[in-house]
Amino acid sequence: MGKQTGIRAFLLHLHPKQVDERAIKFTRTFGLGGINALLFVILAVSGLLLRFAYIPSQVGAYDSILALQNNVSFGSLLRNLHHWSAMLMVVTAFLHLLRVFYSISIFQERRKNWFFGLGLMLLVLFSNFTGYLLPWDQLSYWAVTIMTNMLEYFPVIGQPLANLFRGGDSVNEQTLLNFFTLHTGLLPLLFVVFSILHIWQVRKAKGVTVSDKTARTMVPAYPNLVWKEIVLALLLIALLLVFSMFVDAPLQEKANPAISPNPSKAPWYFMGFQEMLMHIHPFFAVFVIPVIVVAFLCYVPYFKYQELNIGQWFHSAKGKKLTIVSILFSCVLTLLLILISDISAGFQTLSGKLPLIIITGLIPFFLYFTPMLAFLFLLKKQQEASRIELIIAFFTIITMSYLVMMFVGILLRGKNMELIFFQT
Amino acid sequence: MEDLKKIKLTRRQWLKALIISILSIELMYVFTSLSKNNLRRKQNKSMYNAGKLSSFQPGQVYPFGTQKLYLSRFEDGGLLAISTRCTHLGCMVQANDNGFVCPCHASSFNQYGEVLSSPAIRALDIFPVEVEKGMVMVDLSSPIKRKGFDKSQLHYES
Repeated sequence: MGKQTGIRAFLLHLHPKQVDERAIKFTRTFGLGGINALLFVILAVSGLLLRFAYIPSQVGAYDSILALQNNVSFGSLLRNLHHWSAMLMVVTAFLHLLRVFYSISIFQERRKNWFFGLGLMLLVLFSNFTGYLLPWDQLSYWAVTIMTNMLEYFPVIGQPLANLFRGGDSVNEQTLLNFFTLHTGLLPLLFVVFSILHIWQVRKAKGVTVSDKTARTMVPAYPNLVWKEIVLALLLIALLLVFSMFVDAPLQEKANPAISPNPSKAPWYFMGFQEMLMHIHPFFAVFVIPVIVVAFLCYVPYFKYQELNIGQWFHSAKGKKLTIVSILFSCVLTLLLILISDISAGFQTLSGKLPLIIITGLIPFFLYFTPMLAFLFLLKKQQEASRIELIIAFFTIITMSYLVMMFVGILLRGKNMELIFFQT
Repeated sequence: MEDLKKIKLTRRQWLKALIISILSIELMYVFTSLSKNNLRRKQNKSMYNAGKLSSFQPGQVYPFGTQKLYLSRFEDGGLLAISTRCTHLGCMVQANDNGFVCPCHASSFNQYGEVLSSPAIRALDIFPVEVEKGMVMVDLSSPIKRKGFDKSQLHYES
Protein backbone atom coordinates (compact mmCIF):
# COMPACT_ATOMS: atom_id res chain seq x y z
CA MET A 1 0.00 0.00 0.00
CA GLY A 2 1.40 3.37 -1.06
CA LYS A 3 1.54 6.76 0.54
CA GLN A 4 -1.88 7.84 1.73
CA THR A 5 -3.39 11.27 1.85
CA GLY A 6 -6.79 12.79 2.48
CA ILE A 7 -9.74 11.28 4.28
CA ARG A 8 -8.51 7.72 4.03
CA ALA A 9 -5.25 8.60 5.72
CA PHE A 10 -7.13 10.42 8.47
CA LEU A 11 -9.43 7.47 9.12
CA LEU A 12 -6.52 5.08 9.25
CA HIS A 13 -4.95 7.47 11.70
CA LEU A 14 -7.52 6.39 14.29
CA HIS A 15 -5.62 3.12 14.45
CA PRO A 16 -1.92 2.53 14.99
CA LYS A 17 -0.01 1.22 11.96
CA GLN A 18 0.72 -2.11 13.62
CA VAL A 19 -1.60 -3.99 15.98
CA ASP A 20 -1.22 -7.11 18.09
CA GLU A 21 -2.71 -10.12 16.35
CA ARG A 22 -4.53 -11.21 19.53
CA ALA A 23 -5.97 -7.74 20.17
CA ILE A 24 -7.95 -7.80 16.93
CA LYS A 25 -9.47 -11.23 17.47
CA PHE A 26 -13.24 -10.81 17.56
CA THR A 27 -13.60 -12.58 20.92
CA ARG A 28 -11.11 -10.20 22.54
CA THR A 29 -13.48 -7.21 22.47
CA PHE A 30 -16.51 -8.46 20.50
CA GLY A 31 -16.13 -5.15 18.69
CA LEU A 32 -18.32 -3.56 21.36
CA GLY A 33 -16.57 -0.19 21.54
CA GLY A 34 -16.70 0.10 17.76
CA ILE A 35 -20.37 -0.92 17.73
CA ASN A 36 -21.15 1.86 20.19
CA ALA A 37 -19.29 4.40 18.08
CA LEU A 38 -21.18 3.22 14.99
CA LEU A 39 -24.51 3.34 16.82
CA PHE A 40 -23.77 6.91 17.85
CA VAL A 41 -23.22 7.86 14.20
CA ILE A 42 -26.46 6.11 13.16
CA LEU A 43 -28.32 7.87 15.98
CA ALA A 44 -26.85 11.26 15.13
CA VAL A 45 -27.79 10.98 11.46
CA SER A 46 -31.28 9.54 12.02
CA GLY A 47 -31.86 11.97 14.90
CA LEU A 48 -30.94 14.92 12.72
CA LEU A 49 -33.42 13.75 10.09
CA LEU A 50 -36.12 13.27 12.75
CA ARG A 51 -35.68 16.88 13.79
CA PHE A 52 -37.07 17.94 10.42
CA ALA A 53 -40.38 16.34 11.35
CA TYR A 54 -40.62 16.72 15.11
CA ILE A 55 -42.42 19.56 16.92
CA PRO A 56 -41.35 19.90 20.57
CA SER A 57 -44.63 21.12 22.06
CA GLN A 58 -47.42 19.62 24.11
CA VAL A 59 -49.92 20.13 21.31
CA GLY A 60 -47.67 19.22 18.41
CA ALA A 61 -45.32 16.47 19.56
CA TYR A 62 -47.58 13.44 19.40
CA ASP A 63 -49.28 14.53 16.18
CA SER A 64 -45.95 15.22 14.53
CA ILE A 65 -44.90 11.64 15.26
CA LEU A 66 -48.16 10.36 13.80
CA ALA A 67 -47.65 12.56 10.75
CA LEU A 68 -44.11 11.28 10.39
CA GLN A 69 -45.29 7.70 10.51
CA ASN A 70 -48.30 8.09 8.25
CA ASN A 71 -47.44 10.83 5.74
CA VAL A 72 -43.68 10.73 5.28
CA SER A 73 -41.99 8.17 3.01
CA PHE A 74 -39.87 5.91 5.17
CA GLY A 75 -40.87 8.01 8.19
CA SER A 76 -41.74 4.92 10.18
CA LEU A 77 -38.49 3.24 9.19
CA LEU A 78 -36.51 6.31 10.27
CA ARG A 79 -38.18 6.44 13.67
CA ASN A 80 -37.83 2.68 14.16
CA LEU A 81 -34.15 2.82 13.23
CA HIS A 82 -33.53 5.61 15.74
CA HIS A 83 -35.52 3.85 18.45
CA TRP A 84 -33.97 0.40 18.06
CA SER A 85 -30.44 1.75 17.67
CA ALA A 86 -30.89 3.67 20.92
CA MET A 87 -32.20 0.61 22.73
CA LEU A 88 -29.39 -1.51 21.32
CA MET A 89 -26.86 1.05 22.44
CA VAL A 90 -27.93 0.72 26.07
CA VAL A 91 -27.28 -3.00 25.76
CA THR A 92 -23.97 -2.77 23.90
CA ALA A 93 -22.65 0.01 26.14
CA PHE A 94 -23.45 -2.12 29.17
CA LEU A 95 -21.84 -5.19 27.58
CA HIS A 96 -18.78 -3.08 26.78
CA LEU A 97 -18.58 -2.10 30.45
CA LEU A 98 -18.82 -5.76 31.46
CA ARG A 99 -16.17 -6.73 28.90
CA VAL A 100 -13.54 -4.26 30.13
CA PHE A 101 -14.32 -5.06 33.74
CA TYR A 102 -14.17 -8.84 33.47
CA SER A 103 -11.10 -8.84 31.24
CA ILE A 104 -9.25 -6.81 33.92
CA SER A 105 -8.75 -3.89 31.56
CA ILE A 106 -9.48 -0.91 33.80
CA PHE A 107 -6.34 -0.71 35.89
CA GLN A 108 -3.05 1.19 35.86
CA GLU A 109 -2.75 3.35 32.73
CA ARG A 110 -6.41 2.63 31.88
CA ARG A 111 -7.78 3.97 35.17
CA LYS A 112 -8.65 7.35 33.73
CA ASN A 113 -10.39 5.79 30.77
CA TRP A 114 -12.65 3.80 33.10
CA PHE A 115 -14.01 7.16 34.25
CA PHE A 116 -14.55 8.44 30.73
CA GLY A 117 -16.29 5.14 30.09
CA LEU A 118 -18.55 5.49 33.12
CA GLY A 119 -19.30 9.05 31.99
CA LEU A 120 -20.23 7.77 28.54
CA MET A 121 -22.45 5.07 30.04
CA LEU A 122 -24.24 7.78 32.02
CA LEU A 123 -24.62 9.86 28.85
CA VAL A 124 -26.06 6.86 26.98
CA LEU A 125 -28.67 6.34 29.71
CA PHE A 126 -29.47 10.03 30.03
CA SER A 127 -29.73 10.50 26.25
CA ASN A 128 -31.97 7.48 26.02
CA PHE A 129 -34.13 8.70 28.87
CA THR A 130 -34.52 12.27 27.53
CA GLY A 131 -35.45 10.80 24.16
CA TYR A 132 -38.02 8.60 25.83
CA LEU A 133 -40.29 11.57 26.62
CA LEU A 134 -40.31 13.09 23.14
CA PRO A 135 -43.14 10.99 21.57
CA TRP A 136 -45.39 12.40 24.35
CA ASP A 137 -47.54 9.30 24.60
CA GLN A 138 -48.86 7.62 27.75
CA LEU A 139 -45.84 5.33 27.95
CA SER A 140 -43.29 8.13 27.83
CA TYR A 141 -45.23 10.62 29.95
CA TRP A 142 -45.64 8.30 32.93
CA ALA A 143 -42.19 6.76 32.65
CA VAL A 144 -40.69 10.24 32.92
CA THR A 145 -43.06 11.19 35.73
CA ILE A 146 -41.87 8.18 37.72
CA MET A 147 -38.20 8.81 37.01
CA THR A 148 -38.21 12.52 37.87
CA ASN A 149 -40.14 11.76 41.06
CA MET A 150 -37.49 9.20 42.01
CA LEU A 151 -34.96 12.02 41.84
CA GLU A 152 -36.97 13.94 44.47
CA TYR A 153 -36.01 11.41 47.15
CA PHE A 154 -32.36 12.39 46.83
CA PRO A 155 -31.68 14.35 50.03
CA VAL A 156 -31.44 18.16 49.98
CA ILE A 157 -30.82 18.71 46.26
CA GLY A 158 -33.35 16.16 44.97
CA GLN A 159 -36.45 18.37 44.91
CA PRO A 160 -34.82 21.46 43.32
CA LEU A 161 -32.98 19.26 40.81
CA ALA A 162 -36.17 17.45 39.79
CA ASN A 163 -37.99 20.79 39.45
CA LEU A 164 -35.10 22.12 37.38
CA PHE A 165 -35.29 19.20 34.93
CA ARG A 166 -39.07 19.36 34.76
CA GLY A 167 -39.35 23.11 34.79
CA GLY A 168 -42.14 22.74 37.36
CA ASP A 169 -43.51 20.29 39.88
CA SER A 170 -44.99 17.94 37.30
CA VAL A 171 -44.08 16.86 33.78
CA ASN A 172 -45.35 19.56 31.43
CA GLU A 173 -44.54 21.33 28.19
CA GLN A 174 -41.45 22.94 29.70
CA THR A 175 -40.17 19.44 30.54
CA LEU A 176 -40.62 18.46 26.91
CA LEU A 177 -38.63 21.47 25.76
CA ASN A 178 -35.89 20.83 28.34
CA PHE A 179 -35.57 17.21 27.35
CA PHE A 180 -35.64 18.07 23.64
CA THR A 181 -32.80 20.56 24.07
CA LEU A 182 -30.76 18.15 26.18
CA HIS A 183 -31.44 15.27 23.83
CA THR A 184 -30.65 17.02 20.56
CA GLY A 185 -28.09 19.56 21.72
CA LEU A 186 -26.14 19.32 24.91
CA LEU A 187 -25.93 15.55 25.37
CA PRO A 188 -24.72 14.67 21.85
CA LEU A 189 -22.10 17.41 22.15
CA LEU A 190 -20.87 16.01 25.46
CA PHE A 191 -20.94 12.57 23.93
CA VAL A 192 -18.60 13.62 21.12
CA VAL A 193 -16.16 15.20 23.58
CA PHE A 194 -16.15 12.16 25.88
CA SER A 195 -15.83 9.74 22.95
CA ILE A 196 -12.77 11.55 21.63
CA LEU A 197 -11.16 11.41 25.07
CA HIS A 198 -12.17 7.77 25.45
CA ILE A 199 -10.69 6.65 22.11
CA TRP A 200 -7.58 8.79 22.58
CA GLN A 201 -6.97 7.09 25.93
CA VAL A 202 -7.18 3.66 24.28
CA ARG A 203 -4.49 4.73 21.81
CA LYS A 204 -2.44 6.16 24.66
CA ALA A 205 -2.61 2.85 26.55
CA LYS A 206 -1.27 1.18 23.37
CA GLY A 207 -4.50 -0.48 22.34
CA VAL A 208 -6.77 -3.01 23.99
CA THR A 209 -5.44 -5.38 26.63
CA VAL A 210 -3.96 -8.78 25.81
CA SER A 211 -3.11 -11.36 28.43
CA ASP A 212 0.65 -11.59 27.89
CA LYS A 213 2.28 -8.32 26.88
CA THR A 214 5.68 -9.81 26.04
CA ALA A 215 4.56 -12.33 23.43
CA ARG A 216 3.53 -9.89 20.73
CA THR A 217 2.97 -10.67 17.07
CA MET A 218 2.33 -7.42 15.27
CA VAL A 219 0.38 -7.23 12.02
CA PRO A 220 -0.52 -4.17 9.92
CA ALA A 221 -3.83 -2.58 10.98
CA TYR A 222 -4.77 -2.27 7.33
CA PRO A 223 -6.26 -4.57 6.13
CA ASN A 224 -6.30 -6.93 9.14
CA LEU A 225 -8.25 -4.74 11.57
CA VAL A 226 -9.93 -2.31 9.20
CA TRP A 227 -11.59 -5.01 7.13
CA LYS A 228 -12.97 -6.71 10.21
CA GLU A 229 -14.43 -3.41 11.34
CA ILE A 230 -16.02 -2.74 7.97
CA VAL A 231 -17.61 -6.18 7.81
CA LEU A 232 -18.99 -5.88 11.36
CA ALA A 233 -20.30 -2.36 10.70
CA LEU A 234 -22.05 -3.34 7.47
CA LEU A 235 -23.54 -6.41 9.10
CA LEU A 236 -24.87 -4.38 12.02
CA ILE A 237 -26.34 -1.68 9.77
CA ALA A 238 -28.01 -4.34 7.61
CA LEU A 239 -29.48 -6.14 10.62
CA LEU A 240 -30.74 -2.91 12.21
CA LEU A 241 -32.40 -1.88 8.96
CA VAL A 242 -34.15 -5.22 8.52
CA PHE A 243 -35.29 -5.20 12.14
CA SER A 244 -36.60 -1.63 11.80
CA MET A 245 -38.53 -2.54 8.66
CA PHE A 246 -40.54 -5.20 10.45
CA VAL A 247 -40.73 -4.16 14.11
CA ASP A 248 -42.38 -0.85 14.97
CA ALA A 249 -41.22 1.36 17.82
CA PRO A 250 -43.95 1.51 20.49
CA LEU A 251 -46.42 4.38 20.44
CA GLN A 252 -49.43 4.44 22.76
CA GLU A 253 -52.24 6.97 23.02
CA LYS A 254 -51.41 10.63 23.49
CA ALA A 255 -50.20 11.56 26.98
CA ASN A 256 -53.00 12.19 29.46
CA PRO A 257 -51.72 13.79 32.70
CA ALA A 258 -54.94 12.83 34.50
CA ILE A 259 -54.77 9.05 34.03
CA SER A 260 -51.86 6.78 34.92
CA PRO A 261 -52.08 3.53 32.99
CA ASN A 262 -52.14 0.41 35.12
CA PRO A 263 -49.40 -0.71 35.42
CA SER A 264 -47.14 2.28 34.73
CA LYS A 265 -43.55 1.31 34.14
CA ALA A 266 -40.28 3.19 33.84
CA PRO A 267 -38.12 2.65 30.71
CA TRP A 268 -37.01 -0.98 30.74
CA TYR A 269 -33.39 -0.24 31.73
CA PHE A 270 -34.63 1.64 34.83
CA MET A 271 -37.10 -1.08 35.82
CA GLY A 272 -34.55 -2.47 38.28
CA PHE A 273 -34.87 0.79 40.19
CA GLN A 274 -38.65 0.72 40.11
CA GLU A 275 -38.63 -2.87 41.34
CA MET A 276 -36.21 -1.97 44.13
CA LEU A 277 -38.45 0.94 45.12
CA MET A 278 -41.30 -1.47 45.72
CA HIS A 279 -39.32 -3.28 48.39
CA ILE A 280 -37.15 -0.72 50.06
CA HIS A 281 -37.54 2.79 51.46
CA PRO A 282 -36.88 5.45 48.78
CA PHE A 283 -34.07 6.96 50.86
CA PHE A 284 -32.19 3.67 50.44
CA ALA A 285 -33.32 2.89 46.89
CA VAL A 286 -32.57 6.31 45.44
CA PHE A 287 -29.76 7.54 47.67
CA VAL A 288 -27.89 5.05 49.88
CA ILE A 289 -27.59 2.13 47.47
CA PRO A 290 -26.83 4.11 44.27
CA VAL A 291 -24.20 6.15 46.13
CA ILE A 292 -22.56 2.95 47.43
CA VAL A 293 -22.57 1.37 43.98
CA VAL A 294 -21.27 4.45 42.15
CA ALA A 295 -18.57 5.01 44.77
CA PHE A 296 -17.54 1.37 44.42
CA LEU A 297 -17.43 1.59 40.62
CA CYS A 298 -15.28 4.73 40.76
CA TYR A 299 -12.94 3.27 43.34
CA VAL A 300 -12.39 -0.17 41.75
CA PRO A 301 -9.18 0.79 39.88
CA TYR A 302 -7.74 2.40 43.03
CA PHE A 303 -7.86 -0.50 45.50
CA LYS A 304 -4.45 -1.95 46.37
CA TYR A 305 -3.99 -5.27 44.60
CA GLN A 306 -1.18 -7.77 45.21
CA GLU A 307 -1.54 -9.18 41.72
CA LEU A 308 -3.53 -8.38 38.62
CA ASN A 309 -3.56 -10.47 35.47
CA ILE A 310 -4.28 -7.60 33.11
CA GLY A 311 -6.15 -8.74 30.03
CA GLN A 312 -6.91 -12.19 31.44
CA TRP A 313 -10.62 -13.00 31.52
CA PHE A 314 -11.86 -13.04 35.14
CA HIS A 315 -8.24 -12.62 36.33
CA SER A 316 -7.81 -16.41 36.71
CA ALA A 317 -9.58 -19.76 36.39
CA LYS A 318 -10.64 -19.39 40.00
CA GLY A 319 -12.00 -15.92 39.26
CA LYS A 320 -14.15 -17.41 36.52
CA LYS A 321 -15.49 -20.08 38.86
CA LEU A 322 -16.26 -17.54 41.59
CA THR A 323 -18.05 -15.34 39.06
CA ILE A 324 -20.38 -18.20 38.12
CA VAL A 325 -21.04 -19.02 41.79
CA SER A 326 -21.71 -15.33 42.49
CA ILE A 327 -24.21 -15.18 39.64
CA LEU A 328 -26.14 -18.12 41.11
CA PHE A 329 -25.95 -16.74 44.64
CA SER A 330 -27.15 -13.32 43.54
CA CYS A 331 -30.09 -14.72 41.56
CA VAL A 332 -31.25 -16.86 44.47
CA LEU A 333 -30.83 -14.13 47.09
CA THR A 334 -32.55 -11.44 45.04
CA LEU A 335 -35.49 -13.62 43.98
CA LEU A 336 -35.92 -14.88 47.53
CA LEU A 337 -36.00 -11.37 48.98
CA ILE A 338 -38.44 -10.18 46.31
CA LEU A 339 -40.75 -13.08 47.18
CA ILE A 340 -40.49 -12.53 50.94
CA SER A 341 -41.09 -8.81 50.52
CA ASP A 342 -44.09 -9.38 48.25
CA ILE A 343 -45.68 -11.95 50.55
CA SER A 344 -45.12 -9.88 53.69
CA ALA A 345 -46.45 -6.79 51.84
CA GLY A 346 -43.24 -4.82 52.05
CA PHE A 347 -42.07 -5.79 55.56
CA GLN A 348 -44.59 -3.46 57.15
CA THR A 349 -46.65 -6.15 58.82
CA LEU A 350 -43.64 -6.78 61.07
CA SER A 351 -44.51 -3.96 63.41
CA GLY A 352 -46.43 -0.75 63.51
CA LYS A 353 -44.29 0.82 66.18
CA LEU A 354 -40.88 1.19 64.59
CA PRO A 355 -40.33 4.14 62.24
CA LEU A 356 -40.94 3.40 58.57
CA ILE A 357 -37.33 3.99 57.57
CA ILE A 358 -36.24 1.08 59.77
CA ILE A 359 -38.99 -1.32 58.73
CA THR A 360 -38.90 -0.68 55.00
CA GLY A 361 -35.35 0.68 54.84
CA LEU A 362 -32.81 -0.77 57.21
CA ILE A 363 -34.32 -4.26 57.54
CA PRO A 364 -34.41 -5.06 53.78
CA PHE A 365 -31.02 -3.37 53.41
CA PHE A 366 -29.44 -5.71 55.96
CA LEU A 367 -31.41 -8.70 54.70
CA TYR A 368 -29.62 -8.15 51.42
CA PHE A 369 -26.15 -7.07 52.50
CA THR A 370 -25.60 -9.45 55.44
CA PRO A 371 -25.88 -12.70 53.42
CA MET A 372 -23.86 -11.07 50.69
CA LEU A 373 -21.00 -10.10 52.98
CA ALA A 374 -21.14 -13.54 54.59
CA PHE A 375 -20.89 -15.07 51.13
CA LEU A 376 -17.87 -12.91 50.27
CA PHE A 377 -16.27 -13.80 53.60
CA LEU A 378 -16.79 -17.47 52.80
CA LEU A 379 -15.14 -17.02 49.40
CA LYS A 380 -12.19 -15.40 51.11
CA LYS A 381 -11.76 -18.03 53.82
CA GLN A 382 -12.68 -21.23 51.99
CA GLN A 383 -11.59 -20.44 48.45
CA GLU A 384 -8.73 -18.14 49.44
CA ALA A 385 -9.97 -15.61 46.93
CA SER A 386 -7.62 -12.69 46.32
CA ARG A 387 -8.78 -9.10 46.52
CA ILE A 388 -9.43 -8.72 42.81
CA GLU A 389 -11.45 -11.94 42.82
CA LEU A 390 -13.56 -10.63 45.71
CA ILE A 391 -14.06 -7.33 43.88
CA ILE A 392 -15.19 -9.28 40.81
CA ALA A 393 -17.59 -11.31 42.99
CA PHE A 394 -19.05 -8.17 44.62
CA PHE A 395 -19.49 -6.47 41.24
CA THR A 396 -21.13 -9.63 39.86
CA ILE A 397 -23.61 -9.90 42.74
CA ILE A 398 -24.64 -6.23 42.49
CA THR A 399 -24.96 -6.36 38.72
CA MET A 400 -26.90 -9.60 38.72
CA SER A 401 -29.26 -8.31 41.41
CA TYR A 402 -30.05 -5.31 39.25
CA LEU A 403 -30.63 -7.51 36.21
CA VAL A 404 -32.88 -9.88 38.20
CA MET A 405 -34.92 -6.96 39.55
CA MET A 406 -35.10 -5.50 36.06
CA PHE A 407 -36.42 -8.70 34.51
CA VAL A 408 -38.89 -9.29 37.35
CA GLY A 409 -40.14 -5.72 36.90
CA ILE A 410 -40.42 -5.99 33.12
CA LEU A 411 -41.75 -9.51 32.71
CA LEU A 412 -43.39 -10.67 35.93
CA ARG A 413 -45.39 -7.65 37.04
CA GLY A 414 -48.88 -7.10 35.74
CA LYS A 415 -51.87 -5.09 36.91
CA ASN A 416 -51.30 -3.12 40.15
CA MET A 417 -47.63 -4.19 39.83
CA GLU A 418 -48.54 -7.54 41.37
CA LEU A 419 -46.49 -10.61 40.48
CA ILE A 420 -48.35 -12.36 37.69
CA PHE A 421 -48.43 -15.65 39.63
CA PHE A 422 -50.43 -14.10 42.46
CA GLN A 423 -52.98 -12.41 40.28
CA THR A 424 -56.55 -13.47 40.41
CA MET B 1 12.86 49.74 36.32
CA GLU B 2 11.55 50.23 39.78
CA ASP B 3 8.87 52.59 38.48
CA LEU B 4 7.75 50.03 35.94
CA LYS B 5 7.43 47.37 38.61
CA LYS B 6 5.30 49.65 40.71
CA ILE B 7 2.97 50.42 37.80
CA LYS B 8 2.62 46.72 37.01
CA LEU B 9 1.71 45.93 40.58
CA THR B 10 -0.85 48.69 40.86
CA ARG B 11 -2.34 47.75 37.52
CA ARG B 12 -2.82 44.22 38.74
CA GLN B 13 -4.40 45.46 41.94
CA TRP B 14 -6.59 47.84 40.02
CA LEU B 15 -7.78 45.09 37.69
CA LYS B 16 -8.45 42.83 40.65
CA ALA B 17 -10.53 45.50 42.37
CA LEU B 18 -12.39 46.16 39.13
CA ILE B 19 -13.20 42.49 38.57
CA ILE B 20 -14.33 42.02 42.16
CA SER B 21 -16.63 45.03 42.03
CA ILE B 22 -18.12 43.96 38.67
CA LEU B 23 -18.67 40.46 40.03
CA SER B 24 -20.34 41.73 43.19
CA ILE B 25 -22.68 43.96 41.17
CA GLU B 26 -23.61 40.94 39.05
CA LEU B 27 -24.15 38.74 42.08
CA MET B 28 -26.32 41.39 43.72
CA TYR B 29 -28.38 41.57 40.52
CA VAL B 30 -28.82 37.80 40.54
CA PHE B 31 -29.89 37.66 44.17
CA THR B 32 -32.33 40.55 44.00
CA SER B 33 -33.93 39.12 40.85
CA LEU B 34 -34.23 35.70 42.44
CA SER B 35 -35.86 37.01 45.59
CA LYS B 36 -38.27 39.16 43.55
CA ASN B 37 -39.23 36.10 41.50
CA ASN B 38 -39.90 34.06 44.60
CA LEU B 39 -42.20 36.75 46.02
CA ARG B 40 -44.12 36.92 42.77
CA ARG B 41 -44.58 33.15 42.73
CA LYS B 42 -45.99 33.07 46.25
CA GLN B 43 -48.65 35.65 45.48
CA ASN B 44 -50.21 33.50 42.76
CA LYS B 45 -53.29 31.88 44.21
CA SER B 46 -55.70 30.03 42.00
CA MET B 47 -59.07 29.10 43.44
CA TYR B 48 -60.88 26.38 41.58
CA ASN B 49 -64.65 26.40 41.61
CA ALA B 50 -65.71 22.78 42.11
CA GLY B 51 -69.46 23.43 42.03
CA LYS B 52 -72.43 23.86 44.32
CA LEU B 53 -72.02 22.50 47.84
CA SER B 54 -75.49 20.97 47.69
CA SER B 55 -74.49 18.82 44.71
CA PHE B 56 -71.95 16.89 46.79
CA GLN B 57 -73.71 13.98 48.51
CA PRO B 58 -72.40 12.76 51.89
CA GLY B 59 -70.43 9.50 51.64
CA GLN B 60 -69.33 10.13 48.05
CA VAL B 61 -66.00 10.79 46.35
CA TYR B 62 -65.95 13.12 43.33
CA PRO B 63 -63.03 12.97 40.89
CA PHE B 64 -61.73 16.09 39.13
CA GLY B 65 -59.28 14.60 36.62
CA THR B 66 -57.88 17.74 35.04
CA GLN B 67 -57.43 19.45 38.42
CA LYS B 68 -55.78 16.28 39.82
CA LEU B 69 -58.14 16.34 42.75
CA TYR B 70 -60.61 14.12 44.58
CA LEU B 71 -63.28 15.92 46.56
CA SER B 72 -64.60 13.71 49.35
CA ARG B 73 -67.72 14.46 51.36
CA PHE B 74 -67.95 12.24 54.40
CA GLU B 75 -71.13 11.03 56.12
CA ASP B 76 -70.98 13.85 58.65
CA GLY B 77 -70.83 16.44 55.86
CA GLY B 78 -67.08 17.19 56.22
CA LEU B 79 -65.26 18.14 53.01
CA LEU B 80 -61.73 17.01 52.15
CA ALA B 81 -59.93 17.92 48.91
CA ILE B 82 -57.33 15.22 48.31
CA SER B 83 -54.60 15.49 45.70
CA THR B 84 -54.53 12.57 43.25
CA ARG B 85 -50.76 12.81 43.00
CA CYS B 86 -49.27 9.75 44.71
CA THR B 87 -46.70 10.83 47.28
CA HIS B 88 -44.49 7.96 46.20
CA LEU B 89 -43.58 8.72 42.59
CA GLY B 90 -46.22 11.08 41.29
CA CYS B 91 -48.63 8.78 39.48
CA MET B 92 -52.37 9.53 39.62
CA VAL B 93 -54.09 7.44 42.30
CA GLN B 94 -57.45 5.87 41.53
CA ALA B 95 -60.40 5.72 43.91
CA ASN B 96 -61.68 2.30 44.96
CA ASP B 97 -63.93 0.95 47.73
CA ASN B 98 -61.35 1.25 50.51
CA GLY B 99 -59.89 4.59 49.47
CA PHE B 100 -57.23 5.10 46.83
CA VAL B 101 -54.70 2.91 45.09
CA CYS B 102 -51.73 3.86 42.93
CA PRO B 103 -51.37 1.93 39.66
CA CYS B 104 -47.62 2.45 39.39
CA HIS B 105 -46.20 0.87 42.51
CA ALA B 106 -49.30 -0.43 44.29
CA SER B 107 -49.31 1.99 47.23
CA SER B 108 -52.73 2.17 48.80
CA PHE B 109 -54.41 4.85 50.90
CA ASN B 110 -57.57 4.93 52.99
CA GLN B 111 -60.49 7.28 52.36
CA TYR B 112 -58.71 10.04 54.31
CA GLY B 113 -55.57 9.63 52.16
CA GLU B 114 -53.50 7.93 54.88
CA VAL B 115 -51.04 5.24 53.80
CA LEU B 116 -52.44 1.71 54.07
CA SER B 117 -49.55 -0.02 52.37
CA SER B 118 -46.19 1.22 51.14
CA PRO B 119 -44.05 1.96 49.10
CA ALA B 120 -45.60 5.40 49.70
CA ILE B 121 -44.45 6.84 53.00
CA ARG B 122 -46.56 9.97 53.30
CA ALA B 123 -50.30 10.59 53.25
CA LEU B 124 -51.77 12.14 50.10
CA ASP B 125 -51.53 15.92 50.01
CA ILE B 126 -54.69 17.95 50.59
CA PHE B 127 -55.84 21.35 49.31
CA PRO B 128 -57.47 24.08 51.42
CA VAL B 129 -61.24 24.22 50.92
CA GLU B 130 -63.52 27.20 51.35
CA VAL B 131 -67.20 27.64 50.68
CA GLU B 132 -68.20 30.98 49.16
CA LYS B 133 -71.83 31.76 48.34
CA GLY B 134 -72.70 28.06 48.31
CA MET B 135 -69.83 27.21 45.93
CA VAL B 136 -66.99 24.89 46.95
CA MET B 137 -63.67 26.62 46.23
CA VAL B 138 -60.42 24.66 46.27
CA ASP B 139 -57.03 26.39 46.45
CA LEU B 140 -55.04 24.28 43.97
CA SER B 141 -51.93 26.44 44.24
CA SER B 142 -51.01 25.44 47.78
CA PRO B 143 -51.08 21.70 48.41
CA ILE B 144 -50.55 20.84 52.09
CA LYS B 145 -48.09 18.09 52.96
CA ARG B 146 -49.12 16.12 56.04
CA LYS B 147 -48.15 13.05 58.02
CA GLY B 148 -51.61 11.72 58.63
CA PHE B 149 -55.23 12.65 58.98
CA ASP B 150 -56.94 14.50 61.80
CA LYS B 151 -60.39 15.99 62.15
CA SER B 152 -59.18 19.58 61.77
CA GLN B 153 -58.41 18.93 58.11
CA LEU B 154 -62.10 18.53 57.30
CA HIS B 155 -64.07 21.55 56.24
CA TYR B 156 -67.61 21.90 57.65
CA GLU B 157 -70.26 24.25 56.39
CA SER B 158 -73.20 24.80 58.68
